[in-house]
Amino acid sequence: MPAPRRAAIAERTLRTDRWWVQPLVTVVVLVLFIAYSTFRAFQNAYYYAEPYISPFYSPCITTRCEGDSFPEFFTGPVWISPAIYILVLPLGIRLTCYYYRKAYYRSFWLSPPACAVAEPHRRYTGETRFPLIGQNVHRYFLYAALLFNLILFYEAFRGFRDETGEWGHMGLGTLILLVNAVMLFLYSVSCHSCRHIVGGRLNNFSRHPLRYRAWGLVSKLNARHMQYAWVSLLTVALADFYVFLLATGTITDLRFF
Amino acid sequence: MELERHEYDVVVVGAGGAGLRAAIEAHEAGARTAVVCKSLLGKAHTVMAEGGIAAAMANLYPEDNWRVHFRDTMRGGKMLNHWRMAQLHAQEAPDRVRELEDWGALFDRTPDGLISQRDFGGHRYARLAHVGDRTGLELIRTLQQRTVALGIDVYMECTVTRLLTGPAGDGGAGEEHGVTGAFGYWRESGRFVAWQAPSVVLATGGIGKSYKVTSNSWEYTGDGHSLALQAGATLVNMEFVQFHPTGMVWPPSVRGILVTESVRGDGGVLKNSAGNRFMFDYIPDFFRKETAETEEEADRWYEDKKNNRRPPELLPRDEVARAINSEVKAGRGTPHGGVFLDIASRRPAEYIRKRLPSMYHQFKELAEVDITAEAMEVGPTCHYVMGGVEVEPDTEAARVPGLFAAGEVAGGMHGSNRLGGNSLSDLLVFGRRAGLAAAEHAAEREHTRGVLAEDALADAARAALAPFEREGGENPYTVQHDLQQTMHDLVGIIRTAPEMEQALERIAALKERVAALSVEGHRQYNPGWHLALDLPHMLLVSECIARAALAREESRGGHTRDDFPATDEEWARTNLVCALAPDGDVALTRQPLPQMPPELTEIFES
Amino acid sequence: MTYDATFRVWRGDAAGGDLQTFTVAVNEGEVVLDVIHRLQATQAGDLAVRWNCKAGKCGSCSAEVNGRPRLMCMTRMSTFAETETVTVTPLRTFPVIRDLVTDVSYNYEKAAQIPAFAPRPREADGSHRMQQVDVERSQEFRKCIECWLCQDTCHVIRDHEENKRSFAGPRFLIRLAELDMHPLDERDRRDAAQDEFGLGYCNITKCCSEVCPEGIHLTDNGIIPLKERVVDRRFDPLTWLGSKIGRRPSR
Repeated sequence: MPAPRRAAIAERTLRTDRWWVQPLVTVVVLVLFIAYSTFRAFQNAYYYAEPYISPFYSPCITTRCEGDSFPEFFTGPVWISPAIYILVLPLGIRLTCYYYRKAYYRSFWLSPPACAVAEPHRRYTGETRFPLIGQNVHRYFLYAALLFNLILFYEAFRGFRDETGEWGHMGLGTLILLVNAVMLFLYSVSCHSCRHIVGGRLNNFSRHPLRYRAWGLVSKLNARHMQYAWVSLLTVALADFYVFLLATGTITDLRFF
Repeated sequence: MELERHEYDVVVVGAGGAGLRAAIEAHEAGARTAVVCKSLLGKAHTVMAEGGIAAAMANLYPEDNWRVHFRDTMRGGKMLNHWRMAQLHAQEAPDRVRELEDWGALFDRTPDGLISQRDFGGHRYARLAHVGDRTGLELIRTLQQRTVALGIDVYMECTVTRLLTGPAGDGGAGEEHGVTGAFGYWRESGRFVAWQAPSVVLATGGIGKSYKVTSNSWEYTGDGHSLALQAGATLVNMEFVQFHPTGMVWPPSVRGILVTESVRGDGGVLKNSAGNRFMFDYIPDFFRKETAETEEEADRWYEDKKNNRRPPELLPRDEVARAINSEVKAGRGTPHGGVFLDIASRRPAEYIRKRLPSMYHQFKELAEVDITAEAMEVGPTCHYVMGGVEVEPDTEAARVPGLFAAGEVAGGMHGSNRLGGNSLSDLLVFGRRAGLAAAEHAAEREHTRGVLAEDALADAARAALAPFEREGGENPYTVQHDLQQTMHDLVGIIRTAPEMEQALERIAALKERVAALSVEGHRQYNPGWHLALDLPHMLLVSECIARAALAREESRGGHTRDDFPATDEEWARTNLVCALAPDGDVALTRQPLPQMPPELTEIFES
Repeated sequence: MTYDATFRVWRGDAAGGDLQTFTVAVNEGEVVLDVIHRLQATQAGDLAVRWNCKAGKCGSCSAEVNGRPRLMCMTRMSTFAETETVTVTPLRTFPVIRDLVTDVSYNYEKAAQIPAFAPRPREADGSHRMQQVDVERSQEFRKCIECWLCQDTCHVIRDHEENKRSFAGPRFLIRLAELDMHPLDERDRRDAAQDEFGLGYCNITKCCSEVCPEGIHLTDNGIIPLKERVVDRRFDPLTWLGSKIGRRPSR
């Protein structure tokens, strides 16, 4: 019901277009990804195939993937999937990301489902109190994500060695891991917090010419943050799936040289 | 009678640039101040100003100074301007612009970090402080935010229908007659309201809504002009109406919407249907010395202003509007009856989008024309009235004590034609002066306040409600339409005596129709009723324009007579002044032009 | 090129009202406001509608057209099929006065609460020196024509009347951002943004950016940067520590 003194219009919305399509697509894609990544994270198997390691499990922190090409970083109890430790951080940056917040507040929480379509909740306090006030720590997840970006580049470059550890190899897997590392990196640096930190917090750009240029560059990327968010989500799932296929022996790597 | 009453020192009618600037100054001078405006705050017509604020700040050309600006202004107005107003305007505009920065305005910058200035028609140097092509919005928002920060009372969506006058004090013998306040109604509820105040500043803008093709909004009904006349003040130079050369012509529903002069200032040129830059054929002798003769020279001027003369596209507006009118009449117009304004072939798309964002947007949205790829179709549109309330140049005081006028509603400053960019500076300079003088006047009357006469209030209320009393009368929209058609056809850009005589007959007939019209519905937010109350103002002002235009038997600036095509020596020294005779008729008198002192006449001798 | 369109226009006041159907002529090149004016002049002389410039510059003629917040003067009839019924309703978020006119005083009350601009002193030569790159961000927000469409579409107040007390709406969040980024301004408005103007209520669902007729990127360029500035002050221990040990980041 409209609040007092507002125009008495009973309809929840008078929009005539298919406004529900976008939130629906978002829900479907995100649910598929969550289902797949949860299954893979708990599977605790088929996550490496020399010289590749799935991004869900990198860096490799169990003794399981010890072999010719993987160093030993840290050894946790074998019965816990290493992906559980690792995925917390990428999950964190995406949960607190300014773009994904829009996507899931609209599509999962229906707050609002679409512009000028009434939301079903009686009360709304937004991000003013616990737990949603925690969204403000986004920049710390960004710092962590940048560290992971480095590791993923490192792992992708290790794909230029063959399964015996010799340099001078490249396969389709190398390319996939590299593209995935690039997309995830673009997703991180195009983030709104990154834009703020490199220069957005300044009020006099002209006194900081280098930071102004960096801000300009990040601003250009930031305009495509949503695209990077979706593309990197697909590349990371794809990269994992490729490693899975290799590790299960379903296919063999296409080797370029 | 139910009546809401208020008491102030200064009541400002109108919340455009002049009104808000006046209110700010009056408040800062210690006066209890109110602003009354017909629309919401921040919607006044000033937002439509695009190009910039003319002020000789010399940020780009150190050669520029107030004397050059004064000379340009006087020459643009064909020397009919009140010299003192033009002088004050040129001298004070730079300070008025700078103080806007202290209130939060963000103008575009020069490489040195100063306020950037752009070229405009009739100005010797690049002189217009601007923000892209939305300078008016910046101006109004800055003044609005200042007004709000100072806590000045604003009566929004409230229309003043009468100024009240009477003895200044308690009615003792020999007391001066003057303004005692104003009467109006809330648009929202239709309820009446009266303000008692010894000073009223009119800042109501212009009269364009009496014309069919206009860049003006519905608010421009000439109500300030009419209120002043009815209160006993006089109007000067009413025959001079500026037709902006470039209004949109297609589609019909947007006909008249302004296309900023900045398009030409930034490199756009006018072409006829044969593709010729026809303005070279229309350079008057008066401006020949300072105007380029060849396209090559004109194009070089954009880069090197010292060694080249200005392109003829940047002649004052009256010249350009007449030229376009002639081209169209000669059959060299565009399919929709305008001419082409082309910047697409002369500047890169990125430059156009950056310099003229709202023009780009306006054509894209309203006409489906991409101005970075194709030429615009443009034609003259009624834009500005140079005439207005006759005021003292230093105080903006009208002939009625306690009444002040500033901005477009005041007359004299622009002579027979206003230069682009001089309007926003006019608002600031004279808005401030009017506010200050109004506060001083109120302070002098601290102990001798006139009271609102009860019978006058009752009469004003009766008059306002009259359209509801009549039944079966005509619809106000039809009458407005007929008036607009009359002014467009008969008192437009080119005028003749028989046509104007016919216009006066039609206006007389329209007056009778207005007296008989009726409105449907009730008093709550009723646009038909509001229009019915605006129509008498529109008719009175239209009559002033037609009478003055008929009397002035010469062509000058914004007044072109087909039957008297030349300027005349005698008329060059004469102003026409309108007053309201006791019988309600417009009385016209000739008055000698104020004499310019020798130290200023020197400026024109070099 | 003229055809007859079917219009449904909400008519009524705070006490009640309904959608009334009209058949009205539409000519080439017209916008919704032209058609509303034709209704006024021919069929409903007292139809209340607010408008001024009719060129998308003043932001007066805001309404909802087929359920979407729009400026009527910038909504071309050619965007609808000739057989399509066009529904015009008043802004839902504000109390209705009559027909298409709403009481938008909420916005003016919020505007009055914003801490005013407080500039640093002028330089010795009486000027303020600022580079173009320093003013451009705030200039984007100063393009705002105050049409209140962002305020209307924002679900925080559209769907929750009670939030009007503690939430200023997107227009005033970008006003705060404009002042906070203003190169001359010396006042810190970050605490006020969070505590008094309800920045935390915004869940950045971006409807304000979608409806803005001026194309202002309210969320990406205004509200999110403002949220990040608040994080600097309120939620980031590193910047907090930095300010405590005296190394205040120069802005």
